[in-house]
Amino acid sequence: MGQITLSNVNKTFGSTVIIPNINLEIDDGEFVVFVGPSGCGKSTLLRLIAGLEDTTSGTIAIDGKDVTRAAPAKRGLAMVFQSYALYPHMTVGKNIAFPLKMAGESQEVIDKKVADAARVLNLTNYLERRPGQLSGGQRQRVAIGRAIVRNPSAFLFDEPLSNLDAALRGTMRLEISELHHQLKTTMVYVTHDQVEAMTMADKIVVLNAGNIEQVGSPLDLYRSPKNLFVAGFIGSPKMNLIEGAEAEKRGAKTIGVRPEHIGISTDKGDWKGTVGVAEHLGADTFVHVHANGLGTINVRAGGEVQLEHGQTVYLTPDPAKLHRFGADGNAL
Amino acid sequence: MATRQTHGLARLMLAPSVIFLFIWMIVPLAFTLWFSFQQYNPLNPINDRFIGFGNYALFFSNPAFFSAILNTLILVVSVLAITVIGGIMLALLLDQPMWGQGFVRILVISPFFVMPPVAALVWKNMIMHPGYGVTADIARFFGLQPIDWFAQWPLFSIILIVAWQWLPFATLILLTSLQSLDGEQKEAAEMDGAGFVSRFIYLTLPHLSRGITVVILIQTIFLLAVYAEILVTTNGGPGYASTNLPFLVYQKASLEFKIGQASAGGIIAVILANIVAFFLMRAVGKNLDK
Amino acid sequence: MARAVSTEHKIVATIGAWIVALLIFFPILYTIITSFKSETEAIAGFNLIPSFTTESYAEVQDQYNYFKPFLNSVLISVGSTVIALLIAVPAAWSMAFSPTRRTKDILMWMLSTKMMPAVAVLFPMYIIFRDLGLLDSRFGLMVMLTMINLPIVVWMLYTYFREIPGEILEASRMDGASLWGEIWYVLTPMAVPGIASTMLLNIILAWNEAFWTIRLTTTEAAPLTAFISSFSSPQGLFWAKLSAASTLAIAPILIMGWFSQKQLVRGLTFGAVK
Repeated sequence: MGQITLSNVNKTFGSTVIIPNINLEIDDGEFVVFVGPSGCGKSTLLRLIAGLEDTTSGTIAIDGKDVTRAAPAKRGLAMVFQSYALYPHMTVGKNIAFPLKMAGESQEVIDKKVADAARVLNLTNYLERRPGQLSGGQRQRVAIGRAIVRNPSAFLFDEPLSNLDAALRGTMRLEISELHHQLKTTMVYVTHDQVEAMTMADKIVVLNAGNIEQVGSPLDLYRSPKNLFVAGFIGSPKMNLIEGAEAEKRGAKTIGVRPEHIGISTDKGDWKGTVGVAEHLGADTFVHVHANGLGTINVRAGGEVQLEHGQTVYLTPDPAKLHRFGADGNAL
Repeated sequence: MATRQTHGLARLMLAPSVIFLFIWMIVPLAFTLWFSFQQYNPLNPINDRFIGFGNYALFFSNPAFFSAILNTLILVVSVLAITVIGGIMLALLLDQPMWGQGFVRILVISPFFVMPPVAALVWKNMIMHPGYGVTADIARFFGLQPIDWFAQWPLFSIILIVAWQWLPFATLILLTSLQSLDGEQKEAAEMDGAGFVSRFIYLTLPHLSRGITVVILIQTIFLLAVYAEILVTTNGGPGYASTNLPFLVYQKASLEFKIGQASAGGIIAVILANIVAFFLMRAVGKNLDK
Repeated sequence: MARAVSTEHKIVATIGAWIVALLIFFPILYTIITSFKSETEAIAGFNLIPSFTTESYAEVQDQYNYFKPFLNSVLISVGSTVIALLIAVPAAWSMAFSPTRRTKDILMWMLSTKMMPAVAVLFPMYIIFRDLGLLDSRFGLMVMLTMINLPIVVWMLYTYFREIPGEILEASRMDGASLWGEIWYVLTPMAVPGIASTMLLNIILAWNEAFWTIRLTTTEAAPLTAFISSFSSPQGLFWAKLSAASTLAIAPILIMGWFSQKQLVRGLTFGAVK
């Protein structure tokens, strides 16, 4: 149930190649996140799996069965769209019931399954409302409910949290993760937000211009990024990337060190610089230091550091956590 | 968004519309083109023969024909001037906060929905009639001689009637356009020190230019074809004073059975319309790309 | 603007607007008023208060059988709208949901056929209608009106269909709906308001069409446009009767028009003004 394999998948629109060649295995029950910048092809990839777009070449298999030519309805998948795509002329109850109605289930079965889904998602009191009368978070849950009742082999999520405000996003993230633990069904989730990726995924697929840059668990990608792109993309705030003398000294074209792996001191250290802007978040302070010859380095200082703008400081990177990249951008 | 499953059926569903419109355009127009090069009178076929551009030459040599084209242009330009300027002013007025705005809009938009024969007859008999019309009553009230509008100013009378009918259209379009002007832009201009007139010239008018262009182009297409108002009031007269191109073609075809001449007139009308259509399609095309 | 406007400003604007609006509406208003006068009243001079008699309306029906052209107008307006919808809905559907590179060109070509002046094909159409036995027939008029207004109907439906979010249709596909299921359960309910608006505008345009309805009819199929036009000479209807006939002729469309302002902008500016 829910094992998906993509082999040599290529997608071309006219003369534009969106996805050159992708090979990917998604295991049953995994929470896989496709992440990458805008235009990297992650949504296209999701839609190829869903059957909403045809592959130009290559095959897609679900549980060993070749579904490359199958219509979306026949793939046994369910999708939650970015805009939720609820049927505006139907009540919440009818929205959730729709897939069951299309499958020809009896009214009794439909009523029971809709009631179950509504209970799981806290929608029981909203069944008679129309989508227009619901808040963003509630609409989201209806979309998820509609997906759940199909009992799919896998859930597909297309940037479902993008339209919500920050506070709601945090809550819904937890709810979706909780849902995954409950249902144990495969989930393929697309987002451009690497925080969502890191917090929710079992496995992250980093995409760039239609190519897979790296596949791995969140911590894998954090600790061992395979190239500059992944290094700069995963981790918030961004990893500091330094070229020039310091990099050559260590036998690399570029070195990278995360803000949380740099020590800052007022009297001694490896790199000298002056304090620029300091961002106080309460629990952390991020200090942007203009380091001599190295550019601006972002350093995470401990909670309540008192540093003046223009003050001279010294930075010391943790040598164990320093990443080295060659001229081709790959990790050394 | 479409996949293999949907493309095949789509072409089939488009076919009837395309076929019908294609036949509707090509077949009769081809006939007209053919006839335009003939001298052809179905009631008196003795003289029927091919005469090349003879019919077209009439439009340059014969004063009646030439004045039909001239009257057409005068009619179009005059109505455009009245409706665009009037439309802008009305739109500005209706955009102001007031009581009963919805009702005012309904009153202003009504003339557009009155069918042309009714509009023309109402103006002819109730308003412009030198004996019993309202303008006659007003003139007599001031001790003046009532004007016989359709005898003294035939083309102008037609222009008035047609402008009355199309003013609501221009107003509605320009009002819609006006209301899409971003309120924040207006506030920014105010902060920058622009007074009402400056704001109008530098902010409002440029924003309206798109709407004005559309109003001009679309109205021109319809104004080139004014017919019923003339039929019901002056019948093109006195003489040819209020005859426009469509009416001339009708006269030649339906009354005098000079089909060749009528057809040439029809082709000229098509050419005129195509010139306007070219510019209109450019404006529409730009919008479709969005 | 979120600022309060001075009351003086509002009063001046209100007075100004009402005066202008009443002036513009006056011909229509006076026609309605006159329709409730007797003939002698009507020519007695300018008078805004009628005696509220309906004798003119009665005479219009008795002397001229007004009901027939009225019925004709209703039949051809509604009939041509139905035919146009039957042809246009599939066309607009396919262009909105399965667009190709040619779609834009086809749409623009369709719009351009609307711009052809009717006079240009007056004679050939007359002959074609005569030879097909369609002269002075309601069906012939319906076909004609369909042809004329089809571009606008297709265009309007196209814009309404495009506003239906594609994702909702995709969702229905993911939910297991077949093509017909998608059309029946999701697309059509969402498209109904747009289809209704298009119908409204088309009825208005067909009712008011004053060229072909005059030139292609004589007695049987003549709708109100032709009927009213036949009274252009002074020996025809007198003013009270003319007013009654006119009021009835324009009343339905006036009312429809009041409710379709937005549709008018959408249908007749071809999207060039939002």
